[in-house]
Amino acid sequence: MSKVRVLVGTRKGAFILTSDGKREKWDVAGPFFAGWPVYHMKGSSADPNRIYVSQASDWFGQVIQRSDDGGKSWMQPGTPPGESTTTPQGQPKGESNKFVYDTSEKTGKPLTTHQWYDGTQHPWEFKRVWHLEPSLKDPDTVYAGVEDAALFKSTNGGKTWEELAGLRGHGTGPKWQPGAGGMCLHTIVLDPKGQRIFVAISAAGAFRSDDGGKNWKPINKGLKSNYIPDPTAEVGHCVHRIAMHKSRPNTLFMQKHWDVMRTDDAGDNWREVSGNLPTDFGFVIDVHAHEPETVYVVPIKSDGEHFPLDGKLRVYRSRTGGNEWQELSKGLPERDCYVDVLRDAMAVDSLDKCGVYFGTTGGQVYASADAGDTWNPIVRDLPAVLSVEVQSLP
Amino acid sequence: MITVVLPPHLRTLAHVSGDVELELAGAPTLRSLLDALEARYPMLQGTIRDHATLERRAYVRFFACEQDLSHEPLDAPLPAAVASGAEPFFIIGAIAGG
Repeated sequence: MSKVRVLVGTRKGAFILTSDGKREKWDVAGPFFAGWPVYHMKGSSADPNRIYVSQASDWFGQVIQRSDDGGKSWMQPGTPPGESTTTPQGQPKGESNKFVYDTSEKTGKPLTTHQWYDGTQHPWEFKRVWHLEPSLKDPDTVYAGVEDAALFKSTNGGKTWEELAGLRGHGTGPKWQPGAGGMCLHTIVLDPKGQRIFVAISAAGAFRSDDGGKNWKPINKGLKSNYIPDPTAEVGHCVHRIAMHKSRPNTLFMQKHWDVMRTDDAGDNWREVSGNLPTDFGFVIDVHAHEPETVYVVPIKSDGEHFPLDGKLRVYRSRTGGNEWQELSKGLPERDCYVDVLRDAMAVDSLDKCGVYFGTTGGQVYASADAGDTWNPIVRDLPAVLSVEVQSLP
Repeated sequence: MITVVLPPHLRTLAHVSGDVELELAGAPTLRSLLDALEARYPMLQGTIRDHATLERRAYVRFFACEQDLSHEPLDAPLPAAVASGAEPFFIIGAIAGG
């Protein structure tokens, strides 16, 4: 019988929720890393027991944690238990937490400044890892999207990290600027068939590499953001999230600050598919595991009011790849609900009947075992949920 | 022997349950204390001072002998009572946020 494991990062630790394929009864484990914000945790599809975690605090900085046994035990990959804690030269280890921007000449003119809130240039400063994306093929390879926006890669299970500096260095970096949440690279989408990588940055936009992360270009044509000086600029758009169905790597769905967008040519051209949504502001977006034209969003009232319309929490589903959206409300709060659903807090499982999951800033994690028709809370009272990922296990 | 008191989150990270005792050669300074602490507990690298700049993280403070030593030069001698082990050296997370 299949199982699912829901990985939940919260403002005060991580939790692992497990159930069998029915997805009716749940076991809750945690908090792991109690008291620390856990921005993201994600399992490797090549080895489901391998889970990577970004534990980050304003006080004590960035810590990468890893489990090799499905979350039963954890370690910092740079200092695994039993190994010497120093190098042969006597220097201490601890590299797994070290994210240093590439400033070498060899890897191509890395930038040192980006645009600040007041329009001046500001130095790049590492703050935290927002998103960890394990390789689809190799459990030891993992990508990290960080604030201030950059992409890092580890090929040794998170022990050490190197920046893919071509992203910051491709030319538009000086025009990137922080959104309200900071200048973060929060979305990494890997093409299952090739070397292509998509990333999204707030507030810079979407970018694509066709060669595994060496060279990059902005892919924001068709986006329109009325809150920036040039609404159709090459960069500067506040992209909140991008999702792809693995069978159609050229089709992406985007929840932008405002607007739900779609591309069918790998980002070369976008078109709006907000259609009949009651508001097209929001953060999350995801695609059904088996139906590439079925898409989910959670509409949020506005950029000034980060909560559902009229106090009613709703998921909207389109079975037509956008434009025509259906309200899903069965089992969700009908009144007095003023939570938010953050950008990394929705995921789908790949069981025969696709499960959909999302977490809220009110600490609820909702699950639907029938593709969104009905919803139930798995937990109601966690700390504010920052991220939700799902593993479908045999 | 110098006694270092870590904040609870860093004790958890370093897998220690109480105070940390460090033996430092020569006249101890803030720099030599932090170097020795990170050498013993490499998982604390980057949590007290920045990985790249080695600057103290903004919300981390150093106290000893009822003095705030957070802004003392890294190579200034630590108070004699800390060096002798009579008084502990506190690393604390600043009270900030909610």
